[in-house]
Amino acid sequence: MTYIIKKLFQIIPVLFIISFVVFIFVNVSGDPVVLMLPEDASNEEIKAMQESLGLDKPVIVQYGLFLSNVMKGQFGQSFVYKQEALPIVLERLPATFELMIAAIIISILISIPLGVLSAIKRNTFIDLFISGTSVLGKAMPNFWLGLMLMLVFSVYLQILPVSSRGSLLHLVLPAITTGTAMAAELTRMLRSQMLDVLHQDYMRTARSKGLSHFSVVYKHGLRNSLLPVITLIALNISTLVGGALVTEVVFAWPGIGQLVISAVHARDMAVVQACIFVIAIFVIGANFLADILYRVVDPRIKYR
Amino acid sequence: MKESEVLLEVKNLKTHFNTINGVVPSVEDVSFYINKGEKVAIVGESGSGKSVTSLSIMRLLSETGKIIDGSIHFCGRNLIELSEKDMRKIRGNEIAMVFQEPLSSLNPVMTVGKQIMESILLHQKTRKQNAKQQVIDLLNKVGIPRPEKVFSSYPHLLSGGMRQRVMIAMALSCQPKLIIADEPTTALDVTIQAQILSILKELSEQEEVAILLITHDLGVVAEVADRVIVMYAGQVVEQAEIFSIFDYPKHPYTKALLNSTPKLDFSQTELLSIEGTVPSPMEIPTGCRFYDRCDFSSEICKQSPELKEITDGHQVRCWLVEEAIDNRI
Repeated sequence: MTYIIKKLFQIIPVLFIISFVVFIFVNVSGDPVVLMLPEDASNEEIKAMQESLGLDKPVIVQYGLFLSNVMKGQFGQSFVYKQEALPIVLERLPATFELMIAAIIISILISIPLGVLSAIKRNTFIDLFISGTSVLGKAMPNFWLGLMLMLVFSVYLQILPVSSRGSLLHLVLPAITTGTAMAAELTRMLRSQMLDVLHQDYMRTARSKGLSHFSVVYKHGLRNSLLPVITLIALNISTLVGGALVTEVVFAWPGIGQLVISAVHARDMAVVQACIFVIAIFVIGANFLADILYRVVDPRIKYR
Repeated sequence: MKESEVLLEVKNLKTHFNTINGVVPSVEDVSFYINKGEKVAIVGESGSGKSVTSLSIMRLLSETGKIIDGSIHFCGRNLIELSEKDMRKIRGNEIAMVFQEPLSSLNPVMTVGKQIMESILLHQKTRKQNAKQQVIDLLNKVGIPRPEKVFSSYPHLLSGGMRQRVMIAMALSCQPKLIIADEPTTALDVTIQAQILSILKELSEQEEVAILLITHDLGVVAEVADRVIVMYAGQVVEQAEIFSIFDYPKHPYTKALLNSTPKLDFSQTELLSIEGTVPSPMEIPTGCRFYDRCDFSSEICKQSPELKEITDGHQVRCWLVEEAIDNRI
């Protein structure tokens, strides 16, 4: 418990750094006032606008203002949506969350049996096939995979919807598209872990009890190979978010990814800032969860 | 030796390993038997094939290892001919194993209780609650204090001696007829060794379980065994009752082994060792395998000696012993 509280306190400086980076990037990208006002605005109008937004003050003061606003959950007005930025982002969050969870579940469902099979059948045709396919899966750009899946399953076979969010069926293609790369990586990781575990003494003990090969591998082997897999999933959350940005656009999935891309196009900086902040918290949260899961999987790990 | 008493009979066992460097004959023509309730020790240096022999009996060799000849009869059934499914019914149930390094031999992410319970639930039709009680009784029996607490502990929380007790409890869980203990005390310090050996010995006598003890430690042998099999370079070189081996060793290798054991009476100024090492299984000399290291080797030793019975129950594989007997006659 003390560990969890300690860990939560460690998040604060991380958020601080993120806020700084976000602030700098937005500042460097240009003067928002020029974008917000019509092109024929006079210098006085621009100055008045800058003053009202506090942009005439020194940068360090601006950062302070930005920080205090962020703490209140205010990222400023979105000039596209004409309202506070944070609620717009939070409204999109469940869709992205749903997509990510589905992608993670799919990649786990694919990688566990394949990784284990690949390890058991080491250096056979099956292993070669699985390893080869996972290299392909990792190398494939996901926007292309998304389009191809759409073409096959939605256009030719017409068994799955083309795009947007709705029923569970709508989720299938985007989730596969987002999860494939991770599934490939997990498969390879699990294979090498399993190869190591298969030669451990406790596996021989398990066999000496008369357990079947299947029980030995799945009951005794799998849990011992899961630790790095969890690390990999946690590390991949940020990659997944990146992947989701593309997938959401391809499948018109109404999540944060789609929002952030349209906000960048429109230079709607309040929304961009809010999005990046929410995504950062999302990633931090995932890593935090992984830390706790380690302990569940491996009792030898002690938190200090 | 009455036929009905024999529990395990290994005959002409040959186990080879296929490696990148070619075929490695680890066990060549090994034969021995174990009677019901008997405690037999296999002694030898590293690489003499004693562990491979025990794994061959359990059919737990790694993928590269293969039994290519011989038979292993257990309670009248040839284990080599059994299907994997039938073999699984024997493992843990009728023949159980205790391994060398208890920490790495126990699953680190599973509680001790669950690991012992696993084989009970697998081999006996019993409910989980009963099995749990059985496990606690077993833990008690092997001298573990507060068994309820240990039941739900993970292996890394226990001491080395406790872990090996857990392994013994696991081996005893289904009342096997034979326990194969592969160097059960090598990883433990001496006082714990003595405790573990006495537990093993007591319980085997109580439950009438036969023990096949694999070790390189003659002290351990003296403590536990009724009969000793000495292995060298994949072959049995001498086999006899415990007292014959210690008092009248016949094979030069056995003699050398006994000489290289430290004694406590201060008469010894230097600890003797056997010159050289066990030949690699890849380059086994033709003829007697101990030829290069033997102080008594002669011309005839360049031919392979046979394992011959010299007195009742005492078998030796050595030309010199045969000659000595011939001369006497």
